[in-house]
Amino acid sequence: MITCSPHLREANSIPRIMRLVCVALAPGIAVYTALIGPAVLVQICLSSVAALFFEAMMLKMRALPVRRFLGDHSALVTAWLIALTFPPLSPWWLTVTGVFFAIVIAKHLYGGLGQNPFNPAMIAFAVCIIAFPALMSQWPAQGLTLPFEQQLEIVFGFAPRIDALTAATPLDAIKTALKTNALHANNIQELLMSQNLYGTFAGRGWEWVTMTYLCGGAFLLAMGVITWHTPFAFITSMAVIAAFCWLIDPGRFSDPLFHLFSGGAMLGAFFIATDPASGCSTPRGRLIFGCGAGLLAYLIRVFGVFPDGIAFAVLIMNICAPLIDRHTQPTVFGRRARESDRR
Amino acid sequence: MLRTLFSFPGGIKPDPHKEASARTPIAPVPLPERLVLPLRQSAGIAPLPTVRVGERVKKGQVVAAAEQWISASLHAPTSGKVADIGNYPLAHPSGLPAPAIVIEADGLDEWQERQPLDWQNLAPQAVLRYLQQSGVVGLGGAVFPSHVKLDTEARIEELIINGAECEPYITCDDRLMRERAAEIVSGIALLRDLTGARQTLIAIENNKPEAIRAMRGAISEHRENFAVITLPTRYPAGSLRQLVYALTGKRAPSNVLPTAMNVQCFNVATVHSIWRATAHGEPVVRRVVTVSGNVRAPKNWEAPIGMSMTALLQLSEPFSDTDGLIVGGPMMGLSLPLTNAPITKGSNCLIARSPRIFPPRPPESPCIRCTACAQACPQGLQPFELYWWSRARNFDKAADYALAECIECGCCAYVCPAAIPLVHYFRFAKGELAAAAREQKMADSAKSRFEFRQFRAEREKAEKAEKLAKAAAAQAAKQALAAATKSATFEEQAQNAVASSQEERH
Repeated sequence: MITCSPHLREANSIPRIMRLVCVALAPGIAVYTALIGPAVLVQICLSSVAALFFEAMMLKMRALPVRRFLGDHSALVTAWLIALTFPPLSPWWLTVTGVFFAIVIAKHLYGGLGQNPFNPAMIAFAVCIIAFPALMSQWPAQGLTLPFEQQLEIVFGFAPRIDALTAATPLDAIKTALKTNALHANNIQELLMSQNLYGTFAGRGWEWVTMTYLCGGAFLLAMGVITWHTPFAFITSMAVIAAFCWLIDPGRFSDPLFHLFSGGAMLGAFFIATDPASGCSTPRGRLIFGCGAGLLAYLIRVFGVFPDGIAFAVLIMNICAPLIDRHTQPTVFGRRARESDRR
Repeated sequence: MLRTLFSFPGGIKPDPHKEASARTPIAPVPLPERLVLPLRQSAGIAPLPTVRVGERVKKGQVVAAAEQWISASLHAPTSGKVADIGNYPLAHPSGLPAPAIVIEADGLDEWQERQPLDWQNLAPQAVLRYLQQSGVVGLGGAVFPSHVKLDTEARIEELIINGAECEPYITCDDRLMRERAAEIVSGIALLRDLTGARQTLIAIENNKPEAIRAMRGAISEHRENFAVITLPTRYPAGSLRQLVYALTGKRAPSNVLPTAMNVQCFNVATVHSIWRATAHGEPVVRRVVTVSGNVRAPKNWEAPIGMSMTALLQLSEPFSDTDGLIVGGPMMGLSLPLTNAPITKGSNCLIARSPRIFPPRPPESPCIRCTACAQACPQGLQPFELYWWSRARNFDKAADYALAECIECGCCAYVCPAAIPLVHYFRFAKGELAAAAREQKMADSAKSRFEFRQFRAEREKAEKAEKLAKAAAAQAAKQALAAATKSATFEEQAQNAVASSQEERH
């Protein structure tokens, strides 16, 4: 047998990369489950099964080896991200619809693994929040402790979705206050500190979940699955614009720490904006991508109509990624910088 | 000596696998009965045979002489009889035979008369010609004739001696430096004098402490001021452009020769062969070959050029599951079936392959643009982009992304989690681009030929027309002249007649 050099390979594979991403998500999932309840795990199982089903179906339709491609675990990562970004008590069909859009449309109709111009999980989120804004905004109310059976009943539609079950997220509450001008100077601080609703600094234990996402992200960095550029730029840009607004009017805008540790900021910075297929591929491009995503996420979550801005920010940057890549090509070794830019 | 090293981009750290073959000294090889010497042993033009079938040759006698400058002579590795001159299979994936001289050994191994070269009292050009006639080429694998590299008008500031030996498994340079440091240092001194280099740097990766010690010892014994630079072990530290950059900070695109950067670089084994040639009158008839991999006794063998690869492999006792050979290192070498192709001057390493040590590459998965390849590329390229354009057969776009700068070191394919044989794609794309360039050149020359033909036809037509016009004009002029003469004579006659009639009247 004649093969082309090199004849050695590092023990790395796409399944390994995807497994590492799942491992990095695990602590976040554990903390999230501890806070919200087993509904989180139910959502993860539900989305995983749906994702594997749609993935197998599409692979079969595209006449690709189902077993091999199903084994790359990429559908699982998408499924887990969908389960973690959707409200944990969403009805089952909402989750399945999201997974359908992610796997069938955003991924396979655009060419499958590695070819998707948009982040599949974020397409799922965007489609569902536009189509079902009310359901996608129902997050469990503070201190809500429901028994497992009741959570299951809500997810699978056997129990009525009473409004008391759900409430606005801290981000949403503050935005509503900002919109209606209900807040006065220092009110945000009061809101955050006086009411137990918002935990210590990011609301309702959210800081613990996001903190574990940060740890998971650090693990991915250490394992070389992602590079530092995108998360660094994302976090920095979000912190800078949040600090800017906060310094101008601390009564109307919450502090940078709140923004970084609430909603999907950390998940976005380390797990979503770093998606290699839909993101930027050059080091400078990744800095621009992260910067843009962080900035847009802040603007959308503070001034937009949606409870969080990560999904739209990432999708908008996905549109720009090919252009950014084209203009940020690194200098080829031995050539001068200008020669590399001329393409 | 402390020295700041420059760090080239990317690179990888594969398992070195050097221990096994580096333990034991370089061993001589029992004389083979038959040696096959392919004429093409170096880059450039193959030398032409100077012997006839049936002729007796001595060891070191020229059997094929270099006729062109970028070419090196070939010598009989042992004494014996020229058995055949014909086409024989080479260590090449195509398996196509190529012209070779076959020598049947007589077992005497009798040298021709050897004389050291008084190089110090010779003009540099004469020394270069001598090196060419001694068949000295780059033994690191590139087999470029050394005298051509020395034939330069450029001022050489840094002479770099490459003992990095960064590919896994290969230890022939390591053993050579440990055992023959003195000869190498003498050879370096010769090269220093020939090039007039201001500084001489010997680069060795830090995983060869004994070689470093041996070289430093030999340098101080010879009272030379050469600096042994310890390189961090990172593949491809021994690649020319990466090495030059690491030591000097100089870098240039692939179309710029090292001499244009005032640098010249030689491999330690080449330097050793230069010294053997000049100080002992021994042309290049043997080389040290690492035999490793799936063998019981990994070792460095000093093998005659032309020895069968399988015969050499047998000396190291390959295990029974050996299913092929890798000629060269595992990163850039050729993978071949077990072959009787001969050892050439460029064969630095034979690795016995087995499915256990070299498992087949898993099927190619789609590229997920993880950019592991870009992070590993020592040339700062974006291999996934090159792959994308090569695969789409958009070769011009691949060229835009600097495909020409790819050195085929294999770092990208080594780290690729999708197991894409990236180098394979790049070689294919380069081949297509070269073919397109050739075709373009042919089309251009055909076009200019056609245009010239057109021009010539026009010119001929014009010339013919001119000629015709001229002829017609000449004819007309002649007629006019004739007519004029005729009329002139008429007038004359008339006048004469008038005159005579007037005379008659008087």
